[in-house]
Amino acid sequence: MIKCKTSKAIGGMGHSVKRKEDARFIQGKGNYVDDVKLPGMLYMDIVRSPYAYAKIKNIDASKALEIPGVVAVVTGKDLEKYNLHWMPTLMSDTQMVLPTDTVMYQAQEVAAVIATSRYIARDGKEAVMVDYEPMTPLMDAHKALDADAPLMRPDKEGQTNNHIWHWEVGDKEATDKVFADADVVVKEHMYIPRIHVASIETCGCVANYNKVENHLTMYMTTQAPHAIRTVIALVAGHVGLTEEKIRVISPDIGGGFGGKVPVYPGYVIAIAVSFLTGAPIKWIEDRSENLQADSFARDYHIDVEMAGTKDGKIQATRFKVLADHGYTDASANPSKFPTGLFSIGTGSYDYGTAFMEADAVYTNKPPGGVAYRCSFRVTEAVHAIERITDIFAKEVNKDPAQLRFENFIKKEDFPWKSPTGWEYDSGDYEAGLKKAMDAVEYDKLRIEQAEKRKKGKLMGIGISTFTEVVGAGPSKDFDILGIKMFDSAEIRVHPTGKAIARFGTKSQGQGHETTYAQIVAEELGIPYEHVQIEEGDTDTAPYGLGTYASRSTPTAGAAAAVAARKLRDKAKKIAAYLLEVSEEDLEWEPGKFFVKGAPDKAKTIQEIVFAAYTNHPPGMEAGFEATHYYDPPNLTFPSGAYICVVDIDNETFEIKVRRFVAIDDCGNIINPMIVQGQVHGGLTQGIAPAMYEELIYDEQGNILNGTFMDYLVPTAVESPSWETGHTITPSPHHPIGAKGVGESPTVGAPPAIANAIVDALSVYGVTHMDIPITPYKIWKKLKEMGKI
Amino acid sequence: MHEIKFKVNGVEQTASVEPRLLLVHLIRENLSMTGTHIGCDTTSCGACTVLIDGKSAKACTILAVQANGKDITTVEGLATAEGLHPIQEGFKEAHALQCGFCTPGMMLRAVELLEKNPNPTEEEIRWGISGNLCRCTGYNNIVTAIQYAGAKMRGAELPSTEPEFV
Ligand code: FES
Ligand code: FES
Repeated sequence: MIKCKTSKAIGGMGHSVKRKEDARFIQGKGNYVDDVKLPGMLYMDIVRSPYAYAKIKNIDASKALEIPGVVAVVTGKDLEKYNLHWMPTLMSDTQMVLPTDTVMYQAQEVAAVIATSRYIARDGKEAVMVDYEPMTPLMDAHKALDADAPLMRPDKEGQTNNHIWHWEVGDKEATDKVFADADVVVKEHMYIPRIHVASIETCGCVANYNKVENHLTMYMTTQAPHAIRTVIALVAGHVGLTEEKIRVISPDIGGGFGGKVPVYPGYVIAIAVSFLTGAPIKWIEDRSENLQADSFARDYHIDVEMAGTKDGKIQATRFKVLADHGYTDASANPSKFPTGLFSIGTGSYDYGTAFMEADAVYTNKPPGGVAYRCSFRVTEAVHAIERITDIFAKEVNKDPAQLRFENFIKKEDFPWKSPTGWEYDSGDYEAGLKKAMDAVEYDKLRIEQAEKRKKGKLMGIGISTFTEVVGAGPSKDFDILGIKMFDSAEIRVHPTGKAIARFGTKSQGQGHETTYAQIVAEELGIPYEHVQIEEGDTDTAPYGLGTYASRSTPTAGAAAAVAARKLRDKAKKIAAYLLEVSEEDLEWEPGKFFVKGAPDKAKTIQEIVFAAYTNHPPGMEAGFEATHYYDPPNLTFPSGAYICVVDIDNETFEIKVRRFVAIDDCGNIINPMIVQGQVHGGLTQGIAPAMYEELIYDEQGNILNGTFMDYLVPTAVESPSWETGHTITPSPHHPIGAKGVGESPTVGAPPAIANAIVDALSVYGVTHMDIPITPYKIWKKLKEMGKI
Repeated sequence: MHEIKFKVNGVEQTASVEPRLLLVHLIRENLSMTGTHIGCDTTSCGACTVLIDGKSAKACTILAVQANGKDITTVEGLATAEGLHPIQEGFKEAHALQCGFCTPGMMLRAVELLEKNPNPTEEEIRWGISGNLCRCTGYNNIVTAIQYAGAKMRGAELPSTEPEFV
């Protein structure tokens, strides 16, 4: 059990207090962006391209404009007059807001219809006639660099082919040498397919430009309101919309998972139209638009190799990635990391040599490269390392658990320098895997499996022991568009001892209103119920880079602790003054300072705060508030040991996840209930790409499953009953020793599931299958192998 | 335009609606009750679930005119003067919501489920809510919340909602 320093009433770290935000959500009183209604508001709908690659010959809006209630139809040519037809992406690439001559992916925005109601806007959209001249799209990333491939970005000066960037890390020469000399080399090609975060709330906004004040209020579904305000100022500064004139409000967000980090054309069009008409413009995309046009995740083709000794010691790894970014690089990665934090892919294992390289290309798919509840490309890397580790174990004839134990970085070797340059802060991988094996009764399962195999039954056990990297990040390396990736907290305690705290992050379901309050409660002893949390309004909250990549606790959570400690220092001075003792004579226990050896001589935090406004020491500044911008000294490295047990029907190949045990180590835990909830949700977004989800395109560039009818988000029936647990290895550099947890399970679960399925099918000689692994794919594979 | 008369959460309402207006828009826009959400355009997600004469239904796939003469319950009608409905209490106690977007629909679906089957098994609950998607919670805690509400409504002993770690 977790030991708590504070009482339940204070509700500091380690208490499973119930969530403060729930009261409004369970009573239908949340305020999501589609709930925002302003007087005189107009509605926008977007005409989208049916083709993946086509010239626009003509756009005829006359029929649409005849419909009563249609106010305007906006095209790229209209925006061009104001130089608003292009915008930057977060990766300093460029993206069309609306095209002036060519469409580059199916469902791309072509024109916007503005009308007095949602329904009329939709009527208008149907009535806009666009004349296209279709061209043969480039859909295969492997062909993007062929000499005869169509040039995707003739608009970019100096861009003579479809190559976007090359990236590499590690020691190539040393790695090649280890591989050349190794006893055993295993390799595999893995495709980590394009998927979509599909938060249940889609994206949208209400843009409200006030002509008189020259001021824009933008309600929008964004995980990073402050950064977005800066981006809007960069795009629209030239028409007079400078940053102080822009207020971004991110209201309640119905799930983000990375999909609400980018700037989508719809937002910019809504702003432009509001700017031109002076009316508030609401744009809410529907689900199909969301799946078909918003940023995707993954789409990495990975060649991964592992070299080692006959007796199973890992010596080196080599990764070669081809990244399909679609028509523009609209990833949400820190600037210096075009592949995000992919270089965590050397894994949890103790070896000194690795080399990784990646090349990104343009194609006629929708743009993106965002996370899917994972921090910057970590999932792709972890999948590759955890799969190849199993393949290696098989090759040297070792149990995959045993092989992992023999190769783990030892707990006493932290901080540990990885061959790709990370300094892992802390971990105890052995303890995690042991705990998972005990919980699942690993040895018994292997016996059962052997017996089942004799009877011709397919059962598999899969392990993944992953290391995550989150909390971006230290300002020396991490920025987005040049803005350093710190985050912030501002705490203000009122005279009666109740507080409000504001943050640069933005919860989308993570429960910040509760967990941040618990951090303040832990540090100041003010009951969490009396700490009000606010985020998401750029006019009131301190600047921060937002919530994604499990960075809220590592950055803003740390900022809260440091700001609270500044206040505690002030409280100590006031207490010393009030008690007429010197500061050295005082001791703190949550909620009060007392005189050493005389616990009755004490001042509670409430008394102290009151004094800060009514009777503060001479020479001291009145009031009780503090702000901190926290620049983390390092990233944090959560880890986990997951074991999955599957049964596969040997005729239909239906896969049943019988058990899934997840032991996570996210350092110190703020709220066990919330952490467990995060793990459950993350695991379900782990089984999703492992068994169900993939965005599929045909050769003409048509998306084949762009609706919720055929893009399979797991329901309660597909999701197993998750079993969770923890080991706790605090982060040594984080003020409260926490590491972040929201994404670990999404990262760690897919390889555990894939390893279990491959383990079950190993009786047929199967060594690898690409995710999502479906009954049909198994049947096809075994058919091809001549096994059935 | 069609004149319709119906009840929402016990209150008589009248509206003059286009024949194509969806019930979910009638509720959200005409009545400004925004607790009922929209998550898809293919009747797949259940975020729009309401009760019509006690039966759960996806309000995005029903025309407003079909609500004529009907008695509709939305999330805003779950709590009473005495306090929260057991399902609301269960969702909060068991941490069965994160972003909260699926929650109103999920709870209303659960209300009908419990009405028909006051003591459902885990499997019955999972199949029972399989028309409602949640992207955040992974469903474990939703199952517990529904069991909690069922127990509360039956007057049985409440299941533990403390996080259970192996
Ligand atoms: S909105 Fe998705 S089912 Fe109604
Ligand atoms: S709580 Fe977010 S979709 Fe269910």
